[in-house]
Amino acid sequence: MTQYIIRRLAQMIPITFGILTLVFSLIHLVPGDPAIQIAGENARPEDVRQVRHALGLDQPLGRQYLNYLTSVLHGDLGRSFQTNESVAVQIRQRYPATIELAFGSMLVALLVAFPLGIISAIYRGKWIDNVARFFALIGVSMPSFWFGPLLIIAFAINHQWFPVSGRDEGLKSLVLPALTMGLALSAILTRMIRVSLADELTQLYVTTAIAKGVTRGKAIFRHALKNALIPVITVLALQFGSLLTGAIITEQIFSWPGLGRLLIDSISKRDYPQVQASILVIALTYIFVNFASDLLYGVVDPRIKLE
Amino acid sequence: MKRFKSLLRNFAFSVGLIVTVALVVAAIAAPLLAPFDPNAQDTSRRLEAPSRDHILGLDELGRDVLSRILWGARVSLRVGFSVVFLASLAGITLGAISGYFGGSVDTLLMRLTDILLAFPGILLAIALVAVLGPSLNNVVLALVTIGWVAYARLVRGQVLKVREMEYVTAAKALGAKSPRVIVLHVLPNVINPVVVMATLGLAGAILSEAALSFLGLGVQPPTPSWGAMLSSGRRYLGEANHLTIFPGAAIMLAVMGLNFLGDGLIDMLDPKYRKEM
Repeated sequence: MTQYIIRRLAQMIPITFGILTLVFSLIHLVPGDPAIQIAGENARPEDVRQVRHALGLDQPLGRQYLNYLTSVLHGDLGRSFQTNESVAVQIRQRYPATIELAFGSMLVALLVAFPLGIISAIYRGKWIDNVARFFALIGVSMPSFWFGPLLIIAFAINHQWFPVSGRDEGLKSLVLPALTMGLALSAILTRMIRVSLADELTQLYVTTAIAKGVTRGKAIFRHALKNALIPVITVLALQFGSLLTGAIITEQIFSWPGLGRLLIDSISKRDYPQVQASILVIALTYIFVNFASDLLYGVVDPRIKLE
Repeated sequence: MKRFKSLLRNFAFSVGLIVTVALVVAAIAAPLLAPFDPNAQDTSRRLEAPSRDHILGLDELGRDVLSRILWGARVSLRVGFSVVFLASLAGITLGAISGYFGGSVDTLLMRLTDILLAFPGILLAIALVAVLGPSLNNVVLALVTIGWVAYARLVRGQVLKVREMEYVTAAKALGAKSPRVIVLHVLPNVINPVVVMATLGLAGAILSEAALSFLGLGVQPPTPSWGAMLSSGRRYLGEANHLTIFPGAAIMLAVMGLNFLGDGLIDMLDPKYRKEM
């Protein structure tokens, strides 16, 4: 296992550097002079110079890159142009909200996908399977930025069961955003569980178990489901990463005070250090989650480690 | 042809084809089909619900929603086709070079794709549009930047297989130069999965454009775009739900139709590909 972890970690190093380089380059892609863009077209030359200095843009490119890497390694992600605070402060405040939303969505997805996927696999080809497959199809095709507002209309405006936006009412506030993000994931998982379990049910060991007198229910839940879950767990872990990026849109719909909303707000205010830091943190969390899901896969399916 | 007929009988594929054709017709014939000028405002009738004159209602500036959805199809398809064309062109070229020649070019390109694949796609698109500024062209550029990678990987993988075939060796033995071998002998054999990927990519690009426009990073007003329409409709939830329901339905229908079409094409062009996906 240790070797497997080391091998995976070694693969992460160039990718992490690549991401750091990409995020560093962002400011240099701003058309024209970024310092003028930030200070404003009519800014006095000394103000522009000050912005350029604050961004470190007055130094040679190599030097800027090294400075950037050193600061990030020390946990210094820069200062916001808007608040002049360290951008890390805002990120620390917003991060828990995004993680809460991601976990909430995952819970929703599991609650929907497990019963649907299992029923679908057992009653393959029957009407109930078709209903579940239709649901899965709707789920993957429906954009969250449509489904979210529809949920608001139905359950926050027509029936005032949940708040329209914000995160002030605890669990009640979480329901609609989590449903919005959980839908697509539940559709993917339902398909996955259906295919994987249906595949296991045709295996000889299930037939053997039933032939030896085990009830069908026991054969499914004790024997087949366990094996069917291996690919599902990996997909689940991998999808957690995509929930982080999905949160950018969902947070916007529900004014959810997370990292995604912080990113979009800072883009509209042209607060580049905040933009860079938010992107870096989301991307690094994403690759870390993927790394963790790889390890998990190695644990649940020991064959993977040998490859 | 026989295959195509049996596909037509395939319900999902037929639905996909009808929706796609309708989408293309709506986009091309928008000036003829749209009952009103999509930008003509009548603020005295703002947010009016669907009626006989305006079957999908009026928006916050009193503009006809149906006309804006029809014109919006143009934006969606323009972005969709541009992204798919440019991304596949770049991906095929780089993937073919990488797979055919191998060596350090291959290593370099594959490490680049590793990084781009590790970076969440939509986040990179948001990042690029954020620094380049919101506009239709920048949306295309951002989506091409994240889109070419998948084509390059696919083509490289296929080229690695085809390169070892005897007919390629024969062509080389007869003195054909590398570009000729790649274009005439290698690429025709890898094109089917690329067509499938492009159809599904069209749906993806339309969805991503809508998402970026929804976030305010896409097409700028007053140009009608489905995502931007949904975004401004969000401010009138409860009082004018038609501003949310119809543009969203248009996006979903288009995306679903293209996905159906893509699935049908997989069966028609390359049944093996389904397993690889």
